[in-house]
Amino acid sequence: MPIKHPNLQPEPMNGAIPAWHGKIAAGDLQPICQGVRDGGGRLLALWGSDWRVTQHGFVLHTLLVNEAGLVCLNLPLAEDHPVYPDISHIFPQANRMQRAAYDLLGIYAHEGGDHRKWLRHGAWHSGSFPLRKDFDAAQSRSDELDAYPFVHVEGTGVHEIPVGPVHAGIIEPGHFRFSVVGEKMLRLEQRLGYTHKGIEKRFESMTLQQGAKLAGRVSGDSSVAYAWAYAMAAEGIAGITPPARALWLRALFLERERVANHLGDLGYLGSDVALSFGFAQFWILKEQMLRNNAALFGHRYLMDRIIPGGVTADLSAEGRRMIEEECAMLEREVRLLRGIYDDHAGVQDRFIGAGRIEPKLAAQLGLCGLAGRASAQAWDARVQFPCAPYDRLDVQMATYRNGDVAARVIVRFDELLESLRLQREILVNLTGGDELAMPLEKLPGNGFGVGMVEGWRGEVMVAVHSNAQGNLARVHPHDPSWQNWPVLEHAVLDNIVPDFPLINKSFNLSYSGQDL
Amino acid sequence: MTNNASQTLGILFQLCQSLLVVALAPLLTGWVNQCRAWLQNRSGAGLLQPYRTLRKLFHKDAVLAYNASPLFRITPYILFGCMWLAAAIIPIIAIDLPFSPAADVIALVGVFALARVFISLAAMDIGTAFGSLGARREMLVSFLAEPALLMVFFTSSLISHSTQLPHIVGTFAHHEFVLYPSLAFAGLAFVIVLLAENARIPVDNPSTHLELTMIHEAMILEYSARHLALVEWASNLKLLAYISIGIALFVPYGIAEVGNWGVLPLAIAALLVKLALAGAGLALLEALLAKMRIFRAPEFLGTAFLLAVLGLLIHFLLGA
Repeated sequence: MPIKHPNLQPEPMNGAIPAWHGKIAAGDLQPICQGVRDGGGRLLALWGSDWRVTQHGFVLHTLLVNEAGLVCLNLPLAEDHPVYPDISHIFPQANRMQRAAYDLLGIYAHEGGDHRKWLRHGAWHSGSFPLRKDFDAAQSRSDELDAYPFVHVEGTGVHEIPVGPVHAGIIEPGHFRFSVVGEKMLRLEQRLGYTHKGIEKRFESMTLQQGAKLAGRVSGDSSVAYAWAYAMAAEGIAGITPPARALWLRALFLERERVANHLGDLGYLGSDVALSFGFAQFWILKEQMLRNNAALFGHRYLMDRIIPGGVTADLSAEGRRMIEEECAMLEREVRLLRGIYDDHAGVQDRFIGAGRIEPKLAAQLGLCGLAGRASAQAWDARVQFPCAPYDRLDVQMATYRNGDVAARVIVRFDELLESLRLQREILVNLTGGDELAMPLEKLPGNGFGVGMVEGWRGEVMVAVHSNAQGNLARVHPHDPSWQNWPVLEHAVLDNIVPDFPLINKSFNLSYSGQDL
Repeated sequence: MTNNASQTLGILFQLCQSLLVVALAPLLTGWVNQCRAWLQNRSGAGLLQPYRTLRKLFHKDAVLAYNASPLFRITPYILFGCMWLAAAIIPIIAIDLPFSPAADVIALVGVFALARVFISLAAMDIGTAFGSLGARREMLVSFLAEPALLMVFFTSSLISHSTQLPHIVGTFAHHEFVLYPSLAFAGLAFVIVLLAENARIPVDNPSTHLELTMIHEAMILEYSARHLALVEWASNLKLLAYISIGIALFVPYGIAEVGNWGVLPLAIAALLVKLALAGAGLALLEALLAKMRIFRAPEFLGTAFLLAVLGLLIHFLLGA
C-alpha cells in the first residue's frame, strides 16, 4: 500500500497499474498530499465530477503517484458549497488544474491565491459550468469580452511582447506574454485554452466503444497512448486482461508512436536553429515510418487500432520483416544524423545552456516525462510500473542531468534508439495465439478505473467512471503537458527572446491536450 | 565617335542593365532557394516561385493598420527605389555606365543606409511589438555591418586610387591578372557583410515562421499586397546588388566597355554564370550553417571589420 494515513482506507483497484482509491475528508487532503510530497511522490492529476443526480454533491479526485503506485483520493464536496482545501502550495502544478476544475465544474480551492480563470475565454456565462450534468449549452452562450489579468513587470526599460494565439506559422494556438528588457526575458506568462472542444463533456453521453474512438483523438500525436490508457482503465473496471498478442502489439504501436514523434521533434529542433537540412532528413524518416504504419496497420497515426479488450490490427510475417528492415534503416540514419548534430558547432552552441531547468527545480515543480528525465527526474511508467508486456522487456530509462535544450535532445535520441531496440525485441516475442481482442461490450455499473501509459511526451492518464447502465459517466484524460507547461515559464527566464521558440520546441507540449 | 553618340550609347547600356537587374533579381532569389532545396533533399518550389509570389501579391488588396502614417505607405517605394538605383549603377555588364558616377562607393553605402532608416522607421510606425523588435535588431546588425563594408571599399579604393566604382572595376578588369593579398581579406569580410545585410543564415533566417526570432521579416510583418511585393522585390534587388558589388570588386573579368555591342552578350553570359555560382555558394553556406544567437552577431560582424582592416594594413605593408 503506497500511503499510510489513519483516516484513509485505500481499496486496491483492478488493472494493469498498481492503484488504490479511497474516500477522504476535507481536512485530510493537505496532510496526505504533504506526506506524499515528503516521500518523493508527485501529483499526477486533479479533476472533479458531478454526482448530484445519482448520488449527491460533487467529488474532487486527486491522483497521486509514488514509487509504490497510484492513489486516487476522492473528496466529496457539498452541493451548495463545493469548496476544498488548496494544495497548490504543496504541488505547484496543482494551480492550473484547480483553476480548470473551477472553470469547468464550479468547484473551487479555498484560500487558493490564484483564482484567475484558466480554460474559460468568455464563451459561457459566469454562473454556468460545462461539466455539470445540468449544463445547457444553448442557454449558456455568452458574448462576454475576454479579460485576463496578466502579471505586470515594472521597471526602467521593461516592456511586453504579446505573441499569439495566432502565430506566423501553422502551430497550435497559445498566447505568450513576455516581459522583457532588451532581448532578455524577465517573465513569461502563458494564456492557453484556445482549443476547447468539449471532449470531456462529450464522453458523458457515450458508450464504451464510442469513447475508445474519442480517447484516441484527445491529442493526435499521442493517439496510441490515450487509447491504451483508456482501454487499460476500462479493462481494469471489467476485470479482464487482453490476449497476450494484443498486449505485445499495443507496446509495438506505442513504441512506434514514440519513434515517429521523436523523429519529428528532432527535425523541428534543427529547423528552429535554421539547420533546415536536419529538418528535411528527420521528416523524411518520420514520413517513411508513418507510411509504413498506414501500410501495415491501416492508419498513419494508428488511431482506433487499440480498443477496450485488445487491438484491431495484426502483424503478418511479411509486416514483421518490413519493421525489422525499417528499424535497421532508422538506426543507421539516426546514428548518422546524431553525429551531425553533435559535431555541428553552431547547433550545439544554440542547444547547450538554453532553457535550463535544474533537477531541484524540476522536482519542486513536478516536471515529468521526457523533459523531466532530461532534468534527472527518473520517472518512466514503463520502468516503474511495468504492465504487460513491459514486464518482459527490460526498458532502459534515458536520463540526463543538465536540463537544457541539449539534454532534451540527448534524451530524445537515447529514447528513440531504445525504442527501436524494444521494437525488435517485441517482434521476437510476438508469438502466441491468433486472438486479438476479448469481447468487452459494457462496463460493470458504477465502476472506477485508471489507466496510465508512458507516452512519448510523458505519462498519459485516463480515468473512467461508469454509470449504472455500464456506459461512460465521466472520463478524465490527463496530458503530461498540464505539469510541464508551467515549468516552461521558468525555463525561459534569463534567456533571450529569440531563443524562446527553440526552448518551447524542446519541450513540445500539447496545447490541445490540456484543454479538452 | 562623337561625344553625343557615345552618350546615347551609354544611356542605352544603362537602360539595358537597369531593366536586366530588376527583371533578374527575383530569379536570383529563386535560384538560391532552389539550390537550398536541393541541398536539403527537397524538390523545391522552382526558379520562378518569386515571380509567382510577386504576381500574387500585386493582385491582392492592401491592408493597412488604422494608425499607419504616410511614412509607412511610402517606405516600400523608397526601399524599392534605393535598391533599384544601387543595383543599376554598379558596373556589372559594362564599365562606364553614365549613372555610375551618381554614387561612389561611399554614397552607395549611404543609399543602403537610407533604405534601412526608412524600413526601420516604418517598422516602428504601426507600434506593434514585433516591428520595434525587428527594427532594433536590424540596427544592432547593420551599425556593425556598415563600417565593415566601408573598410572593404577602402581597400579596393586604395588599390585603384579612386572611390568611383567604374574606376575600381576598370583597374581590376583591365590590368593583367594580379593577386592582391589585401583583397583576399576584404573578400572574406565582404561575404560576412553580405550574409548579415541580406538577412541570411547565420544572422537571420529568411524562411523562418518563428516571429520571435525574426529580424528582417519582423520589420515587414505589417505589410501586405503591393507594399509587401515591393518590399520583397527590393530584398531581391538588394541581394543582387550585394552580389554585384562582390562581382565588381573581386571578379570583374569579362565585363564589357560601353559602346562595344559585340562583347555585350558575352558580358551578360559571364554575369549570369557568376551570379549562378555566387547564388549556389550562398545556398551552400546557408545549408551548412545554423543560425547563431543574436548576441553572437556583433562578434561575427566584428570579425568582418577586423578582416577588412587587416586587408587595409596589408595593403599598406605590401603595397598590394
